[in-house]
Amino acid sequence: MRGRILFLGVLIVVACALPFLVSSYRTFQLTLVLVYAIALLGLNILTGYNGQISLGHGAFYALGAYCAAILIDKAGAPYWAVVPAAGGVCLVAGFLFGLPALRLEGLYLALATFALGVAMPQLLKYHHLEKWTGGVQGIVIAKPEAPFGIPLEADRWLYFFTLAVTLIMFVLGWNLLRGRIGRALVAIRDQHTASEAMGIHNALYKSLAFGVSAMFTGVAGALGALAVQFVAPDSFGVFLSIVFLVGIVVGGLASISGALYGALFIQFIPNIADEISKAAPWAIFGVFMIGFVYLMPTGVAGAIRLLLTRRRAQ
Amino acid sequence: MVQSEAQPLLRVKDVAVHFGGIVALDGVSFEVARGRIVGLIGPNGAGKTTLFNCVSRLYDCDRGEIAFDGGSLLAVPRHRVAALGIGRTFQNLALFRSMSVLDNVMVGYHCRSRGGFLANALRLPHAVRAERRTAAKAREVLALLGLGALAAKPVAELPFGTQKRVELARALASEPKLLLLDEPASGLNHEEVGELGALIRELRERLQLTILLVEHHMSLVMGIADWVVALNFGRRIAEGAPHEVRLHPELVRAYLGG
Repeated sequence: MRGRILFLGVLIVVACALPFLVSSYRTFQLTLVLVYAIALLGLNILTGYNGQISLGHGAFYALGAYCAAILIDKAGAPYWAVVPAAGGVCLVAGFLFGLPALRLEGLYLALATFALGVAMPQLLKYHHLEKWTGGVQGIVIAKPEAPFGIPLEADRWLYFFTLAVTLIMFVLGWNLLRGRIGRALVAIRDQHTASEAMGIHNALYKSLAFGVSAMFTGVAGALGALAVQFVAPDSFGVFLSIVFLVGIVVGGLASISGALYGALFIQFIPNIADEISKAAPWAIFGVFMIGFVYLMPTGVAGAIRLLLTRRRAQ
Repeated sequence: MVQSEAQPLLRVKDVAVHFGGIVALDGVSFEVARGRIVGLIGPNGAGKTTLFNCVSRLYDCDRGEIAFDGGSLLAVPRHRVAALGIGRTFQNLALFRSMSVLDNVMVGYHCRSRGGFLANALRLPHAVRAERRTAAKAREVLALLGLGALAAKPVAELPFGTQKRVELARALASEPKLLLLDEPASGLNHEEVGELGALIRELRERLQLTILLVEHHMSLVMGIADWVVALNFGRRIAEGAPHEVRLHPELVRAYLGG
């Protein structure tokens, strides 16, 4: 436990120092890593912990991003206020989507969520919504400046803002998963008949897991919109949903730290793949993906856990 | 509502269950008095587990009535059954296989503890207290069953007999009034069956339990049950004290054929 706290402390210090050591473009990329980490933690709550597969979480990411962009663009809302607002909207949307999804399991749930993911970009282009969503053009938003005259350029300020939100979301997620609720979610995944016999309201918990999961992903979407300064339907295609799923599997299912490893993977491996081969970057990405799951079948987090227990055993 | 002590804890009346054209239970009635150990016996397919699943609300009855502690069970949703005071184990283990022994048993206390998503995410004081109470309760039950040393072990790594015991601990953590044991002795060797019988009796005394037991091990049932109900083809064919039922011609016929 003490080792873990020390490690977390070092991690936070490094995270605070990093933007001063790298270019502002790299800082922007690191901001996206944090954004994806929140999204992956959200998906992991649903899929890793609760066992409900989602091939459509890109839709909640998109919803969060658009909430943020519309609130800033149309209502002139401050950037810090749109993040919880997007989370709230996605919480409700996720819960409502989770209700009918209760009837579906395994591959059937995968199809239903896939449908959501496929439909979302087109819903965002729907012409009756155009005056809000900006249609195919999307919405451009300004990058927030550091407040109170803090001498930080916008990219670095946004990184720290995102880091603070990430820490809050991870503490909330950790609290949720390590106690009564986390056990109930895993119990439902492991043995749903027994979980109900132990007094767990499976249907309610599964819907709430959907809502909470969507909330995390929506918060990530809002932060992502601030970082990219732009939302458009085609940035939230079904490919994004699949990449999220890749992220949680590579990072480690049912692992909180796995979300961070997965985020590093989905942010940087495509870049590395692109540098290796301009012609077929996704083929290289595929090789990386297969390599990771082959070498670390329980994800990066699982591999690290295994290493630590082995070292302790020695 | 005041419950008289004389009133049976569980009353099963004329319960019938069909699966398609198959009659699993056909008008079964019996009562389980408070503090008793009642054995439910019968050959394979007699409807014993079906009856268990009706009492824990996994199956709906097509006909009949099941009353627990004076109130009807049939309108109670599945996830409320544990809170009423009905705990159970499963015929083929139904543990949470990715969890530790302690966590499995802590889930058993779920129905007695409070604290929802928000309270846990924010770690509000009452959620923290509930968590501490849950852990204490689980450790207490593990100690009672002699599993204390295994608390941190992943449950899937334990031998079958020990896993059965963990399942029993999980059921006890919910502080049941009525404990449903579905073939607790299956897969145990002769010596372990003897120990189990003694344990069940001891638990009844210490925790003031009423126990309904499905079991194939005739020696176990006859050794510990106060009352035995025999089923065959979904019907009750005999009922009485163990020594009476043992020689009942219907039961002898059911087991030996003919």
